[in-house]
Amino acid sequence: MTILVILIPVTLCMGVFALAVFFWSLRNGQYEDLSGDAERILHDEDVPLQPSKTTRRPEMTKETTR
Amino acid sequence: MVFADETAADLSDAGSPLDRAQIRAGVWVGEDGRGRFILSVPGIKCGACVAKIERALNARDEVISARANLTLHQVNIVLESPESDPMPIVKALAALGYVATPVESEADTAPDPTGKGLLRAIAVAGFGAMNIMLLSVGVWSGAEGQTRATFHLVSALIAVPVVIYAGQPFFRSALSALRARQLNMDVPIALAVALALALSIFETVQGGDHVFFDAAVTLLFFLLTGRYFDHLMRERARSAVSGLAKLSPRGAMVRQKHGTLAYMVLTDIAPGAILSIAPDERVPLDLEILTGNSDLDRSLVTGESMAVAIGPGDTLEAGTLNLTGVIEGRVLRSSQDSFLAQMIRMQSNAEVGRGLYVRIADRAARLYAPVVHLLALITFIGWIIATGGDWQASLFIAISVLIITCPCALALAVPVAHVVSAGRLMRMGVLMKDGAAIERLAEIDGIVFDKTGTLTTGTPMIGSTPDDPVLRSGAKALALRSGHPAARAITLGVRDAPSDIARNKEVPGFGVEGAIGGRRARLGRAEWVGEITDIAAGAASPVFGFERGPSFSFDLTETLREGAHDAVTDLKKAGFSVALLSGDMEDRAQAVAMTLGIENTHHGATPADKIGVLETLRRDGHRPLMVGDGLNDAAALAAAHVSMAPSSACDAGRSAADFVFLRDTLDAVPATWKVARDTARIVRQNFALAIGYNCIAIPLAVAGLVTPLIAALAMSGSSILVIGNALRLNKADAKDRNRRPAFTVKRKELSA
Repeated sequence: MTILVILIPVTLCMGVFALAVFFWSLRNGQYEDLSGDAERILHDEDVPLQPSKTTRRPEMTKETTR
Repeated sequence: MVFADETAADLSDAGSPLDRAQIRAGVWVGEDGRGRFILSVPGIKCGACVAKIERALNARDEVISARANLTLHQVNIVLESPESDPMPIVKALAALGYVATPVESEADTAPDPTGKGLLRAIAVAGFGAMNIMLLSVGVWSGAEGQTRATFHLVSALIAVPVVIYAGQPFFRSALSALRARQLNMDVPIALAVALALALSIFETVQGGDHVFFDAAVTLLFFLLTGRYFDHLMRERARSAVSGLAKLSPRGAMVRQKHGTLAYMVLTDIAPGAILSIAPDERVPLDLEILTGNSDLDRSLVTGESMAVAIGPGDTLEAGTLNLTGVIEGRVLRSSQDSFLAQMIRMQSNAEVGRGLYVRIADRAARLYAPVVHLLALITFIGWIIATGGDWQASLFIAISVLIITCPCALALAVPVAHVVSAGRLMRMGVLMKDGAAIERLAEIDGIVFDKTGTLTTGTPMIGSTPDDPVLRSGAKALALRSGHPAARAITLGVRDAPSDIARNKEVPGFGVEGAIGGRRARLGRAEWVGEITDIAAGAASPVFGFERGPSFSFDLTETLREGAHDAVTDLKKAGFSVALLSGDMEDRAQAVAMTLGIENTHHGATPADKIGVLETLRRDGHRPLMVGDGLNDAAALAAAHVSMAPSSACDAGRSAADFVFLRDTLDAVPATWKVARDTARIVRQNFALAIGYNCIAIPLAVAGLVTPLIAALAMSGSSILVIGNALRLNKADAKDRNRRPAFTVKRKELSA
């Protein structure tokens, strides 16, 4: 049963980590517009995070111009 | 004299200076030095709206970013600089078909801190409940000796901080109730949780068999969830009501010493200042007119359904709507003494009576808590006698009685039912402010309706049209040139094509004049039209007449709100007494009452009369529902047992009412009552379930047979049963939806 000495702290750490992530997301406004975010996934264009280095320019949409 | 035509042309281009200044005042400087503002856009209804608005706004040069919030129906906009003019953005939204108004107060923009606090508490309680349950399952499945002691210790280490953090809402509420020498549901809850924790710590230290850490924390988790949903419901209704366009202005255009106009916030305007009020603006403060003639719509203020003509020397109450001409007036009273402010004071006085209402859950708690606590005491004494003074074992059993009777199911019985019915009402286009409102609505025994704007739409209709087509098309041609409600009624009521017209001008307060086929013609007040032609004495306004030619007097009637007839019939059929309480003249009130079959009518009622009528009803032991919209109803809405207002109501009316219905039809009144009745039934069933559970659990606990495992199973089981029963309220809705196609909320109702 000595394995529990390791397992219990591991479980608790995982739980605390999840709790911290939730707190962070709450403070960061991730839950401010739940119904909007659900719809957004259908309408948002994909925005490349960085302009690609290749000569071909990423397709410019009204969304990506910003 | 200012002619409305010229001003109207000015207005359509750039928006009135007042609108512009109000929107400008909504912009604030963000931390990054950019201008920020939030618009309330009730028309945002779907993802496509979000995408459309964001695409359109982000394409504008002055906008750094725009983000629409579908939940709150708002758009957050960051501007290039705080100096940029936000008016074009509002115009652009209007062009897309979205009416936008700036969000005014800090309270409307601040994210909701209580809700976030509750969510954090739920997360912490959930974390604790899961981990402790994991360890408890180990104990229940037979962990022995050192392992069990370790599990108990770890559970204690988790449970103590979790209960201290997540139990705060309950401890605080229980404390404040006890301080007020009252008992609410939180007193037995807080006591049970605290005692469960204390007992378990004691047992852990002693190396005992049974600890209740899991029960304490799971209980908190369940109760916090219920509380959070309750809070969410109220927050949603609040944000939806505050999202409705504000009717009363927040500022006014003040004439400066050197003659120019400048925008000032209402609270800064001192009596004696000169205000300029353009057509279609609400009068912001009590005024005495110095120059200008106009027509005034007082329907929201006094309940009079027909516009009245005004001129220099007349006094105007704050909240009335200026219809046709530009007027300038001297401020009589500062904003905190204005008619509007007096009404709001009357309203808060009237609300005092309602504060005496005790919610069902608290009434149950007042009975339940002493019984349970007494029972625990008797159990303790009984076991002391039975065991011959073994106080430790006796105390353990007594506390386990308190834990098992912790009113978890009882505390969930009411809020869960209310949350489900609030969701159902919201789908019907009815906003519920508070759970107590639906309890009160289920108890009503009569309905008092206001007339103007509630039973009627507030827009008049013409009763008859002339037989002569020349008169018809002539009247329509002139009517098209005016924004006066009577003119709009003629425009809608006469189908003929308008005849050609020249040299038309509107004379505010009197009517419209123009040349039709070379002949002078007037449409307006009877005396004024009588100047150019002969009309029958005592003819009702408006009159249309050609110079020295034929004339016709249109009589205006009120349009009943859609569904008014059905609503009154339905309510009468359900056995309620229906009364009409109007501030309008006798004949108009009687006419509406006759059409709808309401026998009990009061007319010409001042706001104080209205409160008087409702308070007399309450003193006689009646529980009236008041349905009204005007400023003059606001206090009566607060004085009634429960109240409803249409979304077209004045700001004060909407904030005083317990329910606000967004759709035009008055069917909302009987429909909401039916939901309230169903909810009350479900609440009663839930109480029966909770009491039934206690009837089984208490004898076991008193007999000392309750182990932590039984406690966990019984409490979760009863809570889930109660929640499941409350969810049945949604099913009734589904049946209803199949029978009748759902209406859609029209955008204009929200922006009205």
